[in-house]
Amino acid sequence: MDAILFLIFATLAVACAVNLVLQKHPIASAISLVGVMGSLAVLYLLLGGEFIAMAQLIVYAGAIMVLFVFVIMLLNAGIEQRTGRRLWVTYGGVPMLAVLIGMAAYIVERALPPTEAVRFGTFQHGNAFDIGERLFKVYVLPFEATSILILVAILGAIVLARKEIS
Amino acid sequence: MNFLILSLIKAAVVAFVLMTTLAYLQWIERKVIAHIQLRVGPRRVGPHGLLQPLADVIKLLTKEDILPSHVNKVFYFLAPFIAVFFALIAISVIPFGGEVNIGGVKTMMQLTDLNIGVLFILGLSGMGVYGVALAGWASNNKYALIGGLRSSAQMISYELPMAMAIAAPLLMLNTLSFRQLVDAQSGFYFGFIPRWTIFQGPFPQVISFLLFGIAVFAETNRVPFDLPEAENELVAGFHVEYSSMKFAAFFMAEYANMVTVSCVATLLFLGGWQPLFPAEYGSKYIPTLIFLFGAVMCFYHGLNPVRAFDRITLPVAGVVFLGIAGIFLVPMLSTILLPLFWFAAKVGVILFVYMWVRGTLPRFRYDQLMSFAWTFMFPAAVANLFVTALLVALS
Repeated sequence: MDAILFLIFATLAVACAVNLVLQKHPIASAISLVGVMGSLAVLYLLLGGEFIAMAQLIVYAGAIMVLFVFVIMLLNAGIEQRTGRRLWVTYGGVPMLAVLIGMAAYIVERALPPTEAVRFGTFQHGNAFDIGERLFKVYVLPFEATSILILVAILGAIVLARKEIS
Repeated sequence: MNFLILSLIKAAVVAFVLMTTLAYLQWIERKVIAHIQLRVGPRRVGPHGLLQPLADVIKLLTKEDILPSHVNKVFYFLAPFIAVFFALIAISVIPFGGEVNIGGVKTMMQLTDLNIGVLFILGLSGMGVYGVALAGWASNNKYALIGGLRSSAQMISYELPMAMAIAAPLLMLNTLSFRQLVDAQSGFYFGFIPRWTIFQGPFPQVISFLLFGIAVFAETNRVPFDLPEAENELVAGFHVEYSSMKFAAFFMAEYANMVTVSCVATLLFLGGWQPLFPAEYGSKYIPTLIFLFGAVMCFYHGLNPVRAFDRITLPVAGVVFLGIAGIFLVPMLSTILLPLFWFAAKVGVILFVYMWVRGTLPRFRYDQLMSFAWTFMFPAAVANLFVTALLVALS
């Protein structure tokens, strides 16, 4: 059952990711990205990371992507235009992509230590209690530093985006 | 019994009850609004208009499904499905009562008990925004687009105080599973004050209950926050281009969301299916008394009818009420029905407040709505969370 669900949602995630690149309209791409995020949330759930799965759904698929969609709608961005492609891009793209993926796979295979295959449902520390304990005991300084960084980024965005008031 | 079969049966029962509730909620709302405005409401189809929901469904099913030529077809079709899917699926984690034993089969009165149930509901409410936003955009109509944009901005803004208001009782009850939430609210102070979150120490959550109540009005796009479909400026807002069943899907999603948030408010703040006062003071006779009172009212008005028709219909309703009152006295059934009664009663009261507010309050202006969210709701929710956290830490 877990393996079947994994296959379904992994395929869905990859299909949505490919669709995200292929779609010409920004809204369609954004919705495909929501599909990727949602499928990832289900994969986290299958692995036992309940809290992470719901955080993924609420923060990424919910809040952030709604803002994306919202901004695209406000800007009223149209269908993107294709410009003429060079000959070597048309014929060289796919082989070079294959080479890149092969190299990445090779490096991952060599550099990372051999690990056990992932098993569904064996991970037991994905609930809110464990995450909260880690967050507020072990990682409290990085957590707070990140939140201040985000605050600084928001203030920077406001300063950059606001109109000059004479 | 086989887990799969049991789950299927439960899902079928819950789906049937939910669909009937959604259909009749519409009838009840029309009646309540009508009586607030000194009208009688629907009463043509069936006695007292009781078959009106059925007639509405038939009308919507058989209506011509118009596909406007200028829409983005994929998202135009997708939007109502998204809206209704995320609205209906939320009921799967809502518990309605404790464990029941029917013919030797023990089961929980709930479809599934997630230990992250509260977060699941929050996640679904976040995803529900897409239905409205996409409907507005895909319709390719300026009124629909403005409605969709307003709706997404409003839902994002009010999600924050809503989540903050939910966090405060969670701090006290220390769990994210709805069933454990209700269990943590069982019992009574001094033998008669229920330990519901709005009464529970160290900090009774009255403020967060009110904040949650206001925020969910905005989340479900209801009056006085129904800016997305403000008909005097936007025709009908995001669903202006929708007809037939696709329009009905948005309507169903709105009512399903109302039911869900009322259930969540009941479970988080009002102690779920825990009774208002202990059984030794006779709380188990409350449903019988209420239905007896209803029966007496029906008989009285049947004997002094305002309309000739009432002479037949009201006594029939009275007999039905008497029967229900009797069922609650059967000891075997009452253990199952009492929790259901308390749960349904609390949800019903909240739903009635929804309708009451719709009949009473005018709509906000859009800038008022936004400044209310960010300058009042959000700081109040943060302050409430802070005080709760402090008191929980001290006690």
